[in-house]
Amino acid sequence: MGAQISYDIAHLIGATVLMAGFQLLYQRRLFAVLNTFAFQALALAAAAAWQANIQHAPHLYVTAGIALVFKAIIVPIALHWLVEQLGIHKNVETAMSIGWTMMAGVALVALSILLVLPVTAGAAALTRESLALAMSVVLLGLLMMITRRNAVTQVVGFMALENGLILAAVSAKGMPLVVEISVAFSVLVAMTLFGIFFFRIRERFDTLELADLETHRGDRQ
Amino acid sequence: MIGGFTLLPGFDNPLLWILGVPLGSAGFLAVLKDWRVATWVNVTAAAVTFASSLVLIHVRPEPTRLLFIDDFNVYLVVLTAFVGLTTSLFSAAYIARESEAQRLSDLHLRFYHSMYQAFLFTMLLALTANNTGVMWVSVEAATLTTVLMVSLYRTREAIEAAWKYFILCSVGIGLALFGTTLVYLAAQPVMGDGADAMAWTLMIKQAHRFQPDLLNLAFVFVLVGYGTKVGLAPLHAWLPDAHAEGPTPISAVLSGLLLNVALYALLRFKMVIAANGDTLTPGPLLVVMGLSSLFLSAFMLYRRGDIKRLFAYSSIEHMGVITFAFGMGGAVANFAGLLHMTMHSLTKSAIFFAVGIISQNLGTKRIAAIRGLTQSHPVLGWGFVLAVLAIAGLPPMGVFMSEFLVLSSTFARQPLLAIPLAIGLLLAFGALVARLQSMAFGEPPPHAHAHGKAGPLSTALALTPLWVHMLLVLVAGLYLPKELVAWFQNVARLLG
Repeated sequence: MGAQISYDIAHLIGATVLMAGFQLLYQRRLFAVLNTFAFQALALAAAAAWQANIQHAPHLYVTAGIALVFKAIIVPIALHWLVEQLGIHKNVETAMSIGWTMMAGVALVALSILLVLPVTAGAAALTRESLALAMSVVLLGLLMMITRRNAVTQVVGFMALENGLILAAVSAKGMPLVVEISVAFSVLVAMTLFGIFFFRIRERFDTLELADLETHRGDRQ
Repeated sequence: MIGGFTLLPGFDNPLLWILGVPLGSAGFLAVLKDWRVATWVNVTAAAVTFASSLVLIHVRPEPTRLLFIDDFNVYLVVLTAFVGLTTSLFSAAYIARESEAQRLSDLHLRFYHSMYQAFLFTMLLALTANNTGVMWVSVEAATLTTVLMVSLYRTREAIEAAWKYFILCSVGIGLALFGTTLVYLAAQPVMGDGADAMAWTLMIKQAHRFQPDLLNLAFVFVLVGYGTKVGLAPLHAWLPDAHAEGPTPISAVLSGLLLNVALYALLRFKMVIAANGDTLTPGPLLVVMGLSSLFLSAFMLYRRGDIKRLFAYSSIEHMGVITFAFGMGGAVANFAGLLHMTMHSLTKSAIFFAVGIISQNLGTKRIAAIRGLTQSHPVLGWGFVLAVLAIAGLPPMGVFMSEFLVLSSTFARQPLLAIPLAIGLLLAFGALVARLQSMAFGEPPPHAHAHGKAGPLSTALALTPLWVHMLLVLVAGLYLPKELVAWFQNVARLLG
């Protein structure tokens, strides 16, 4: 297969991950957010598998497998179940209007391209553009965490950010420990979310709205 | 064997013991049912770890692709193992009273002891890792273990604190990972694919050939990422909550050790940047973040109502001073920064030991409800007075000496920067002394609702680590052995 076509395919998949990042910004319903996140994780799995193919790095198939099984299937299903069980509001409050959020998203993508392309002049074209895409996904994930006011959507925002990080790591040619890093992230999310927080928050507050948490600041005179 | 290096250390290698003992005992403690036995297994494991770390001072194992020891990290390893040991002693007394007061169930205690050792393991691995990726994974794992411990009490405030800690620090270490990837991308064209381009010992030799622009971008991410974990303003919001709501032994190791580990990670990256030569100078960034942390926390100290939060803000203040010192750079300021890391670590954990006993004795963490400690509990009260005066920076304690060195070296080179530094330090001093006066002196409150009763043996056990730490800080303020000074100077040169 020619170098051009493998480059184009990598680019296409990376752009799909980024597009899903934008979709996450404007979803108003909780289930739609979860479905979009599953789609993004699916695209990430495809990106990792494609990089495993063109870099001849079989260990990246493991990363792809983790993205596929854990992030695209288990996490969305588990969150779906939790939302049903807890009977949380199915509509999500946003801090900014959708229009402004999208504008900010576009500005962040422009920023990452302007930042990354000049400083990576020495690197291969494939790495450069994947890195610009990955950084955009990271910044969009951050934006989502800032604009959403609900524990579930904040976690989804964090995992979208993490998708960008994994995209960067698989695109960096020959980077070791990518598998370990994706495992470490999955353990962090899984243990924190399902082991502790959702059940405890339910136990204590009967709600997942962060605003309810924040009224109970510990430092009262 | 990979390329002539053995990957894992052999049995005669102290690194195996330093890392293996905490990891193994974390597993063992997870299945051990009796918490009374568990507290002593915890202490024994920490003692073995500390003893093995002392071996490192004389025996320096060859670096592998995974682990290495050099002049810089060896002292942090010893310090971490030492505070790990003293805190485990304090924790034995603390846990006994918490269990008696039925604030923690047996399952929680089993979890607590297992996580304590797991936390020590992750910190020691982060310090000894010769690979940017392994270091990142261990800092992430340290975050995970501490998030779980902060939420241990299951109160509303504890869950809020753990949630905030999880969200902020996960984003922080996420950004640090992006920076780590960028550093790898800068190293990879020079050093080839694979683990070589992530090894500190190999990177530092080739750093002058890395692409400077890429390193600049990487450093910004690393600074924001690991800076969140150091608790530098404006990324500090998680720190006071996490320190205040977790069990007190955890506050002691969070403040005394974890912040140092995060700063160590930041400084390693700074060394690579400095070895390159063509990048931006990281100094001014560190100076600005250090000063803003110092000022923010100095003002915040005045309005605290909760004793653990008070000292959490004081940790932000001292991390600011240390970051400022490394930002100034040069032999004297780096020396002062290293010394201050040590002194702060010892003093702040001692303060948290005292605070733990105080809050158990009086059944409250509210500063307004704590009065007359020197009368009601003389040994504890005077130890607390000594520790708070030390952290406020009063001579002749070690903290005074390191702060004085930071201030005088700054004054010699950039007199204008020394003025805000001095003002910040004085503001913090005033706040701490004012609070101390109301807590240590005056009439003790008539009704105390103690959490559990402490026998004389248990009280002695809880107080010993406090006084041992204070003795060390006092001795360090009066006299530093020549070997130690030469050693610190050597590391200060390494830091550039």
